[in-house]
Amino acid sequence: MGDWWTPTMMPDPSLDTKELSSISGISMSPSRQNVHHSLHSTMALPKNSYSVLSAFCTEENISQCIAYINQEVCSLGLTGVSLESKSSNLSAVPVLNLLYEVLQLQRRAQRALNDLETQQMKNGSDLEHLQHSNCRLKDQLEHTRRENSGLHEGERQLQLKIKTLQNCLKSEKEEVQKLQSIISSRATQYNHDTKRKERECTKLKERLNQLLMDKRDKKLSIEISNYVGRSDGKRGLWKTGKMEARHEGEMYKALLSDHETRQRSLMLENSELKKVLQHMKKDMIAILSPKKHCVKTEPADDSLEQAGSEGEEEVGDCSRETLEQSCEQAREQLTNSIRLQWRKLKSHMERLDSQASLVACQEREAEEMMARKEHEEEMQRMRMELQQCKEFIHMQQQLLQQQLSSPCDEETAALLNDCYTLEEKERLKEEWRLFNEQKRNFERERKNFTEAAIRLGHERKSFEEDRAAWLKTQFLNMTPFVDRKRPALSEPHSALSVSIEPEAKLQSTPPLVTKSQSYTVFSTPKAAPVKMPSTADLYRTLHLIPESRSRGEMLTKSRLRNCSTDCSVISLVRDENSPI
Amino acid sequence: MSYLTKTSSDQSLRYSKRFAVYSSSSTMNFSEVFKQSNQLCKVSPDGKYLATCVQYRLVVRDFNTLQIVHLYTCLDQVMHMEWSSDSLFILCAMYKRGLVQVWSLEQPDWHCKIDEGSIGLVSSRWSPDGRHILNTTEFNLRVTVWSLCTKSVSYIKYPKACQKGLDFTADGRYMALAERRECKDYISVFVCDDWHLLRHFESETQDLAGLEWSPNGCVLAVWDNCLEYKVLLYSLDGRLLSSYSAYEWSLGIKSVAWSSSSQFLAVGSYDEKVRILNHITWKKITEFEHPATIMNTKAVVFKEVEKRPVVGSEDLSIHQLTMDNLLFSTQSKYEIKQLPAQVPVIKPDADRANPKIGISALAFSSDNRYLATKNDNMPQSLWVWDMQRLSLLAILEQTAPMRCFVWDPRRPRLALCTGNNKVYLWSPAGCVSVNVPVEGSFQVQSLFWHCSGSSLVLLSKEHICLCYVEAEEEK
Repeated sequence: MGDWWTPTMMPDPSLDTKELSSISGISMSPSRQNVHHSLHSTMALPKNSYSVLSAFCTEENISQCIAYINQEVCSLGLTGVSLESKSSNLSAVPVLNLLYEVLQLQRRAQRALNDLETQQMKNGSDLEHLQHSNCRLKDQLEHTRRENSGLHEGERQLQLKIKTLQNCLKSEKEEVQKLQSIISSRATQYNHDTKRKERECTKLKERLNQLLMDKRDKKLSIEISNYVGRSDGKRGLWKTGKMEARHEGEMYKALLSDHETRQRSLMLENSELKKVLQHMKKDMIAILSPKKHCVKTEPADDSLEQAGSEGEEEVGDCSRETLEQSCEQAREQLTNSIRLQWRKLKSHMERLDSQASLVACQEREAEEMMARKEHEEEMQRMRMELQQCKEFIHMQQQLLQQQLSSPCDEETAALLNDCYTLEEKERLKEEWRLFNEQKRNFERERKNFTEAAIRLGHERKSFEEDRAAWLKTQFLNMTPFVDRKRPALSEPHSALSVSIEPEAKLQSTPPLVTKSQSYTVFSTPKAAPVKMPSTADLYRTLHLIPESRSRGEMLTKSRLRNCSTDCSVISLVRDENSPI
Repeated sequence: MSYLTKTSSDQSLRYSKRFAVYSSSSTMNFSEVFKQSNQLCKVSPDGKYLATCVQYRLVVRDFNTLQIVHLYTCLDQVMHMEWSSDSLFILCAMYKRGLVQVWSLEQPDWHCKIDEGSIGLVSSRWSPDGRHILNTTEFNLRVTVWSLCTKSVSYIKYPKACQKGLDFTADGRYMALAERRECKDYISVFVCDDWHLLRHFESETQDLAGLEWSPNGCVLAVWDNCLEYKVLLYSLDGRLLSSYSAYEWSLGIKSVAWSSSSQFLAVGSYDEKVRILNHITWKKITEFEHPATIMNTKAVVFKEVEKRPVVGSEDLSIHQLTMDNLLFSTQSKYEIKQLPAQVPVIKPDADRANPKIGISALAFSSDNRYLATKNDNMPQSLWVWDMQRLSLLAILEQTAPMRCFVWDPRRPRLALCTGNNKVYLWSPAGCVSVNVPVEGSFQVQSLFWHCSGSSLVLLSKEHICLCYVEAEEEK
C-alpha cells in the first residue's frame, strides 16, 4: 500500500497528464478486491493514509475535491458520471460508477501501455537488427569497393602487360621480317653465287673435257681379248629413226601394260567393293524389312520404306546388270540407295538404342527394387530356415544325448523295448482283426455261394421236371416211332449237355449284361479270388444272380425254354436279350 | 658347329612359345673364315659363286663347297667389285689407277682392261645387260659407257653428283640419270639396249638429291635435297604424275624406299617420321613416328641384354681350349620391355651439317608385309612396322649402334649387325642373337643374304664368314 503513489512520484515524461492521472488510478488497482466488498469504506482508505501523507481530500475540502474530481472526470470525458455534492456526503452510486469507469479506463490504458511496450520492444529489436544489417552491408560495400579497386588495378596492370607484349610482338615481328628479308637476300645471294660457281665449274669441266679430248689421251682405252656376244644373243643394231620409233613404241607399250594392270586391279577392287556394297544393301534390306512386318507402329514410314526398298531392288538389279559397265548412273543409284538404307538403319538403331536404354534403365530400377525386396525376403527366409535347422539340430542333439545317456540304465531300455513289443503286438492284433474280418467276409460269401448252388440245384431239378414234362408231352404228341427214337437218343445227350449248359451259359451270357457290376462287387473280397481261382468266374456270375435274380430267372427260364431245342436258337435269343 | 644363344622373353607367352618353335626348328651353322679386303665380297646373281677380293687378288669360290674355282690377279688393289647380271663376268675397279678389269668365269683366260686415263674414275658399274660398263669420271665430268660387245664407247655429259643420280629399272630396260645443266636439274631416260636417249626433261627440283625407279619400272621417284621436302613422281614418258611435300623450311628428305609391289613409297625425313605414299593418288596414307616413349601396346619392344658368362674355375681349362672366344665374348639375349618403354635417344649436334637425326634407312620386306626403319638419333633401335595394319610391330633395342640391317629376300626375316661378334635375326615369331663362333674376334661390320635366303654372308673388317640359316619349318 505504501507504493500507491510511486507512479505519480516518478511520472513518465512521455505520458501526458491524463495518462498520469490514469496511472495514478491504475496504481490503485490492487485495491480493487477491496472496492467490491468494502465500497463503503472507500472513504476510509484515504483515512488510513492521510494520517501519513498530506491527504488529497479532507473533511474540509470535500466539495473542492468533488469539484476537482468532477472537473477531472469531465476532462477525462466521463461526463455521464459526475459527483454531486448536494450534501456533504457523497452518494455511493455515482462514486462507484465513476470508480468503475475510471477502472475501466485504467485497464484499457494498461493494456494499451502493454501493447505499446511490446511494440516498443519490437521496434527496438528491429532497429537493432536494421542497424546490424546496415553495418554489415556497409562492410560489404567497403569490401566490394576494395575488391573492385583491386580488380581495376589488376586490369590496368594486365593492360599494361598486354601493351608491352604487343610492343614486344611488334618488335619481334619486325625482327622476324628483318631476318626473313636477310635470309631471303642471303638465299638469293647464295643462289646467285652457287649458280655462278656452278657455271664456272661447268665451264671448267668443259674446258677440262676439251683439254683431255684434245690431248687425245692415249691411256683412255679398252683392251679386250675378244668381244663377247650380247646377252640376248642378238647383234647390235644401228641407231635409226626406226629404232627410235620402236623404243617409243616399247615405252608406251610398257606404260600401257602398267596402266592396264592397274586398271585391272582397280576394277577387281571396285567389283569387290561393289559386291560388298550389294551384300551390305541386301543385308540391310533384310534387317529392315522384318521390322516392317513386326512393328506396324509407323505405317507412313513403313510404306515409304517399302516403296524405297522395292525401288532399290530394281536399282540393285539394274546396277548388277551394269556392274561390268560401271555405269555412273547405276553407281550413283546404288550408293544413294545404300546411303538411304544406311540412314534408315542408323535411325532405327538409334531408336532401338534409346528404347533399350530406357527400358534397361527402368528395368534396372525395377530390378533393383525387386532384387532388394526379393533379396530381403530371401534373407528372411534363409534366416528362418537357418533358425529352424538350428533348432532341429539342437533338438536332434538333445535327443541323441538323451538316447546316449538313457541306455545307461537298462530299465528304461527294457521299458522302451516293451514299448516296441507292445506296439508290435498292437499292430499284429490289428492285422489279425482285419484278417478275421476278411475271413468272415469270405465265409459269408462262401455261404452265399453254397446257397446259390443249392438254389441252382433246385432250379435244375425243377427244370428237369419241366423238361421231362415237356418231353413227355412232346413224346406223346409224336406218332411215329421212328421219330420217337431220335429224341430219345438226343435226350441223354441233351440232358448231358444241359448239365454243362447252365455253366457255359452262365459263363458266357451274363458278362454282357452285368459286366460293370461284376467288377465293382468283385473288388471287395480280396482273398476270395486267390483262394478259389478255379471257381472265380462261377462265383462272379453267381454273385450277380441274387441281385438280378428275378429277371435273371425269368430270362433263364424263357431262354431255356427257347434254347432247349437248338443251340443256335439260344445264341440268337441271347443276342436279342443282351440289350435288355 | 651350332651355337644358338638366344631367346625372347618370358614375359610374353605368345612370343616365347612361338619362339620355341623358331629356335628348335632352326639351327645356325657357320663356315670357316676367309680373308677379304675392302669389304669386297659378292655372291653371284645366280647364287652359285662367291667372289672375294684380297688386296689385288680376286677369288671365286663355289658357294656350296667353298672350293676355289678361279683365282684372278688384278693390277692393283681392288676398290670395287661387281658381278654382271648373268653371273658370267666380274668387274674389278681400281679407282686410284683409273682402271677397270673384267674377268670371265667361262673363259678364265679372257680378259678386258679399261683405262679411263688421266680423267680419273670414281665409280664403275655394270649395265643391266652385263655387256656394258658405266664409268663415272672424276668431278662427275661424264659417264663413259664401254661396250664389251663392240669396242664402242659413248659419253653422257653433265651427270649430277648426288646421293643417287643413276638408276636402272628392275627389268634392266631403262636408265634414269640426273643431270645438271645451266644450274637446273634435268632427268634423262635412256634405253639400255642401245643407249638411246628416250626422254630428257627438266625436273622441278631445287637441287635434286636422288631418283629411283619403282620396281615395276613405270614411275620414277625424284626427291630434292634436304633443304626442301619435295618428292616428285614422273611417269616413264616424263610426265609429272604428282608432287608431294610434307612441310617447308626445316630439313627434309633423308631416305626413300619403294615397296617391291610398287604400291608404297616410303619417305623418311629429318623430322623423324616416315611417310607412306600410295601409288594411286600419290597422297600420304599414313605416317610413322618414332617417339622416344613407346605407348603403343600392340608393339613389342625387344631389348638386347648382355650377360657375361660366369665361369667356374673347374671348367676354365677345357673351355678355354675349345672355345676361348666364347669365354671372352659376352652372351646376349632379348628381353621384352614393359610398356611404356623408353628408347635411348642421342641429342644431335644442331650446329653441324647433316645432323644425326631423322630416318636414314628404310627397307621393305620381300613380301611387302613389313617395313624396317632406322632413326639416326636412336642409333641402337630398329623399328619394324606392320604394313597391313599400318602400325608399329616391334622395336629391337640393341646394346650398340646398328651398322646394317637386311631383309631376307625370300621370307619376312631380317638380319642385322652392330659391329660386335653377334648376328641378330628378327622374324614375326621373335628375335635371336647369335654369337659368331670363330677363333679370335669377328666383329660383324656388315652382312647380306644369299639370294635363296638360306645363308648370310657376314663381313668383318678383313674376313668373311658364312652363316647358314636353315629355313624355319614351313607350316
